[in-house]
Amino acid sequence: MINSLFLINPSGEMFLEKHWKSVVSRSVCDYFLEAKEKALEPEDVPPVIHTPHHYLISIYRDKLFFLSVIQTEVPPLFVIEFLHRVAEMIQDYFGECSETVVKDHMVMVYELLEEMLDNGFPLATESNVLKEMIRPPTILRSVVNTLTGTSNVGDTLLTGQLSTIPWRRAGVRYTNNEAYFDVVEEIDAILDQSGTTVFAEIQGVVEACVKLSGMPDLTLSFMNPRLLDDVSFHPCVRYKLWESERVLSFIPPDGNFTLMTYHVNAQNLVAIPVYVKQSISFFECGSDGRLDVTVGPKQTMGKTVEGVMVTVHLPKTILSINLTATQGSYTYDNGTKLLVWDIGKLNPQKLPNLRGSLSLQAGAPKPEENPSLNIDLKIQQLAISGLKVNRLDMFGEKYKPFKGVKYITKAGKFQVLTITASINKYT
Amino acid sequence: MNGHRGFSVLRSEAAGAVRTALVSAENLQLTLKTELSQEEQHLTPHTHTNGGPDETHTKGYCTEVNEDLKEMLESNKESLKLEAMKRVVGLIAKGKNASELFPAVVKNVASKNIELKKLVYVYLVRYAEEQQDLALLSISTFQRALKDPNQLIRASALRVLSSIRVPIIVPIMMLAIKEAASDMSPYVRKTSAHAIQKLYSLDQDQKELLIEVIEKLLKDKSTLVAGSVVMAFEEVCPDRIDLIHKNYRKLCNLLVDVEEWGQVVIISMLTRYARTQFTSPWKEDGVFDEHNERAFYESDEEKTRDETEAKPYMMDPDHRLLLRNTKPLLQSRNTAVVMSVAQLYWHLAPKNEVSIVTKSLVRLLRSHREVQYIVLQNIATMSIQRKGMFEPYMKSFYVRSTDATHIKSLKLEILTSLANEANISTILREFQTYVKSQDKQFAAGTIQAIGRCATNISEVTDTCLNGLVLLLSNRDETVVAESVVVIRKLLQIQPTQHSDIIKHMAKLFDNITVPMARASILWLMGEYCERVPKIAPDVLRKMAKSFTSEEDIVKLQIVNLAAKLYLTNSKQTKLLTQYILNLGKYDQNYDIRDRTRFIRQLIVPNDKNGALSKYAHRILLAPKPAPVLESAYKDRDRYQLGTLSHTINTKASGYLELSDWPAVAPDQSVRNVEVIEPVKIHHSIFPSTVKEWAPSLGKTGKSKPAKSSDDKFYSDSGEEEEEEEKGSGSSSSEDGSSSSSSSEGVCPRVDAESHVQKNSSQSSEESDKSSSQSEKSSSESDSEKKERKTKTPLQKKTVKPTTIFVNVINQHSVLQTFSYSHWSTLCVSLFTQLCPLSLAFPLQLSGPAFVPEKSHDLLHRMTGKGLSAQYQFPRQPCLYQPTMVSVQISLTNTTDHPLEQIHIGDRSPTGLNIHCFNTIECLEPEASVTVFIGIDFNDSTQAANFQLWLKTLCLVYPVPCRFAGKTASSGAVVLVTVELRESSTALITINTEKSVMGSMLLRDLKLALAQT
Repeated sequence: MINSLFLINPSGEMFLEKHWKSVVSRSVCDYFLEAKEKALEPEDVPPVIHTPHHYLISIYRDKLFFLSVIQTEVPPLFVIEFLHRVAEMIQDYFGECSETVVKDHMVMVYELLEEMLDNGFPLATESNVLKEMIRPPTILRSVVNTLTGTSNVGDTLLTGQLSTIPWRRAGVRYTNNEAYFDVVEEIDAILDQSGTTVFAEIQGVVEACVKLSGMPDLTLSFMNPRLLDDVSFHPCVRYKLWESERVLSFIPPDGNFTLMTYHVNAQNLVAIPVYVKQSISFFECGSDGRLDVTVGPKQTMGKTVEGVMVTVHLPKTILSINLTATQGSYTYDNGTKLLVWDIGKLNPQKLPNLRGSLSLQAGAPKPEENPSLNIDLKIQQLAISGLKVNRLDMFGEKYKPFKGVKYITKAGKFQVLTITASINKYT
Repeated sequence: MNGHRGFSVLRSEAAGAVRTALVSAENLQLTLKTELSQEEQHLTPHTHTNGGPDETHTKGYCTEVNEDLKEMLESNKESLKLEAMKRVVGLIAKGKNASELFPAVVKNVASKNIELKKLVYVYLVRYAEEQQDLALLSISTFQRALKDPNQLIRASALRVLSSIRVPIIVPIMMLAIKEAASDMSPYVRKTSAHAIQKLYSLDQDQKELLIEVIEKLLKDKSTLVAGSVVMAFEEVCPDRIDLIHKNYRKLCNLLVDVEEWGQVVIISMLTRYARTQFTSPWKEDGVFDEHNERAFYESDEEKTRDETEAKPYMMDPDHRLLLRNTKPLLQSRNTAVVMSVAQLYWHLAPKNEVSIVTKSLVRLLRSHREVQYIVLQNIATMSIQRKGMFEPYMKSFYVRSTDATHIKSLKLEILTSLANEANISTILREFQTYVKSQDKQFAAGTIQAIGRCATNISEVTDTCLNGLVLLLSNRDETVVAESVVVIRKLLQIQPTQHSDIIKHMAKLFDNITVPMARASILWLMGEYCERVPKIAPDVLRKMAKSFTSEEDIVKLQIVNLAAKLYLTNSKQTKLLTQYILNLGKYDQNYDIRDRTRFIRQLIVPNDKNGALSKYAHRILLAPKPAPVLESAYKDRDRYQLGTLSHTINTKASGYLELSDWPAVAPDQSVRNVEVIEPVKIHHSIFPSTVKEWAPSLGKTGKSKPAKSSDDKFYSDSGEEEEEEEKGSGSSSSEDGSSSSSSSEGVCPRVDAESHVQKNSSQSSEESDKSSSQSEKSSSESDSEKKERKTKTPLQKKTVKPTTIFVNVINQHSVLQTFSYSHWSTLCVSLFTQLCPLSLAFPLQLSGPAFVPEKSHDLLHRMTGKGLSAQYQFPRQPCLYQPTMVSVQISLTNTTDHPLEQIHIGDRSPTGLNIHCFNTIECLEPEASVTVFIGIDFNDSTQAANFQLWLKTLCLVYPVPCRFAGKTASSGAVVLVTVELRESSTALITINTEKSVMGSMLLRDLKLALAQT
């Protein structure tokens, strides 16, 4: 399966390599570097590259390339999924996934990789199991380690890997038993110029933080599970029960994990929390344009919309801008032509507005395509789909756990089009 | 040396500086980039080529470092060694060569420090191949560890041993793998499955032996092992489909509980298997029929099911089992699992059921970019054959400005495939915005897509053509060029009244510089020169002027145009043509010279070639078939979906073809297996975790929480019932055929089978009950016995190391009760399993996976001076000798001080052959260890007495012997027949040459059956 892994930084330096079978020479990466040179953006590098003797499957994530070398047929998603798990594992262990972090913890990352695959086949990818084998660094522990000379390698022999519940370690003990669930929903929407919804859907995720002793068996039920159109689960969730009774029954991993993701696809049901009035126009002759954007609350279910931010990729021919905002502040990067207007909390009484003039480079023609606005927002204590957790029950343990549910709504890919309706050429 | 160092530092600094300069340069002016990046390339190789010329340069530096490390490794301080090893592993991780340190590192292989040991293992695996002789020094350490009582140590030893790629140790590896494959720990067995692949890649001659091990492991019922062994199967002997038959249903049923990665491997293997074993669920023609199929989508699933059932085709229940058991995995968080289920449905499911995977595939499009890429590729292939599947989700394939280039083009591809009369206007409107995209490459792709839509859907051809003509006045050259090329193709399809367009293009000609577009226009001129009689010669005139500065592809078309005009309008163009042909004659490119020569001979009549030039008109101006614009994914369906081969569109090495459905299904009965009560293994090994999890495993139907409503919460207990019903149902239906035809029918099938089977869920509970009763009685008798026995050691305890040998009084009777209690448990479990075959076969048939969870007190902590011991029969073949029965003993120290030197001393009867465990040096307070011993009972009913030594005292016990099917030593066959008569009476017959045993067995069976 997976023969080798290389971590490569954006400038093309291979700063970590791990081989699970015979060693593959670094020169194999040259094919990848070549493709990388060709691509305009790092995102454009093709994920699968075919070389004479090997197949290179890579992911680009957190400004790093994870490149795996394959010698025989294998489902490409298998490898891609695994590479993402590696990135998530690094993130999980060290708080972030970056070149510096990996370089700082080179040996530990290497040991983790050693445990994650055997002969190129995944052996232990569950965070619970890995953490039992190799303990993540903490400040306290690193101090203790330097003083006493002990190390991060687990000295007790682990059990998690051996049990039928590979995602949970045995012998978990907490003085305060608590289970928290965050229901986070993201609205993906495209609104056209007049504010009507072209496309809208809701992506939801239930993030859990479970700190319960022993082997608790939890059952989480929703008030309105019918809302959920499509779901995917952490392996701990029993599929059959969801199918038959629409409840989530599971023995949770210890700590943080993503319990489920879901999708709500009723277009008309998707409440759009804000509206945007905008006009970006350029004069036919001369090199001037005008921009005017107003944001206001729409269907917010009585909650406050926070963290509102408007991002605009202005046309490349813009020379300079001169705008004033009635609320918040804007930044503009002339290199990338990126205009970011950070509004903050939305006040329904006094709607924030950003207006001013744009000037084009001399002689440049009027931009053909008007930019679209990307909106960012956040609403606390609201799941925009209306999904509600009904109750959480625990079996298998005697104590009373502390339970909590939190709802957050965010904007996902929330776009407002500003394209002026041009004459339809085809109909 | 320092000079070198200094130099390299300097150089790397310089490289860094240049790079920063580069970055800022990039910001300033993009044009600089190409030149600089070359320069950069000159600089960067030093940092990332291992073994390049740079190697020699830094070697001096390396050796110096290595000397330091060597010293540290050879020091006495653990912390120094550890530090050194960390640095060594750091070097390996960076891809630096650290092989020189091998001798110093290998010495630490037996270190007690776990972290140090692990790092040494890492090093060994990396360099053993290069330093084979030295690597052999470490082998004995692993061999020792393979016998360790701790399963994790056994497993890690096997892992490292098998990763050392040294051919000379192949026999050792083979032996280790064989042993590990029958280890009682599923984790060790999993490791052995991995080791199989490693050994196979090292030495292919071992194939036959390895297949035996694979065969054995495939029988394993642990979810932990399943994925790994199937992986080994795929790698070593993917063609041995016969090994799968008996395990097929088990694999299907285990699938949900296997870990994610294993699921992927098993599903892809089962896909191939199903294609060889079942008949096609598709209609007779076997080709996807778009129209029929669309009707299916509109009707709901129920209806379509009726429809298929109405047909003579009947799906094999095993085929259905696979489809049903994989379906829930569409909800997996692992994208690879979802994809593999999707491809399974695509390749195996009846056509009307395939669409259930759509939603899940569309979900994957919200995952990472790389995942999107693969999934879109597969959807592209699927959507060509079956538009209906994805049409409702058309909006999910709309391109976003943030998508990567390859994602954009894939989405375009899919949208084009999805286009039909109904949605074309929506799609074209969407395309219209794409054409305006900043990404001109993408805009060009969109134009091609419009072209494809126009050819596929004749209703919109004209509108598309008009739209494309408007694009000819676009500012961007790539857009214009692409439009020209596409228009050329479209005109060819509809060569009617389009002279306007041709004229328009001729006007634009001067402004178009892209060679491909120019060539296309010229070709159009030539092809339709009769429609534009005035313009064409004028264009040729212009071309004659610029001939020398054109690209080759354009030149060829100029020659072409000249020839065609010469034939149709020689009056105006004769001279021009001759001029152009002369230019072509002396062109630098020999293709053009060649073409010119050919054309001249063809069109200009002279005496030599008169015959041919007569036909010149018909040759050059023959009606030409219109080009077919089709998807690049058209022929990708020859590869199994979701595979690497599909992605790269060539056969990857190791790709396994998916065979066509057989016309006639092979014998179905090969998959029949005796329904054995599934996995109990985890219970015994992980008592702490299992209790809670058991219900969800659901395999036993016991230990459900007290709450009655709780049953519902355990998915798999529900599933289990279903499975059992199904199992009994299917086996009873197949009963007739299999019992008559089954080759293993050594013993007649029990008639009562199907009856009891239906009650198996109840009876298993009951049997548990009854066995626990019997266990109680056994432990009672046990303790009784021990009381008697251990009084003596207590009295004599104060004497320094003494052997206290106790002759158990009335041993026989005690033993009988003892062994009987065993018998009854054994019988009961046999009957719940209803596995007459297992009676006819020796113990190993029941396989390593079946381990009774009951353990018996061997030594109570009170009598054992704080050492308590429990024993159980893991019912697996003994590792040491086939005639031995293996006994697992767990020793626990309940005192507050460590117990030392625990080992087995003398034994009786003296002829008794016991394979002892290694002496346990020290057992810490509260700690426990599990050890194995093997005892050859010689088929006697005599107890095995042996002494367990502590440092100061010894303890003695008896262990009874037991049999199943075939007696372990002499191999006497035991045959049990149960006939169920009316009104709950039964006739039990036992045939065996050992009459004593026969009567004992009979009595126990009677007792056991009476209890149930």
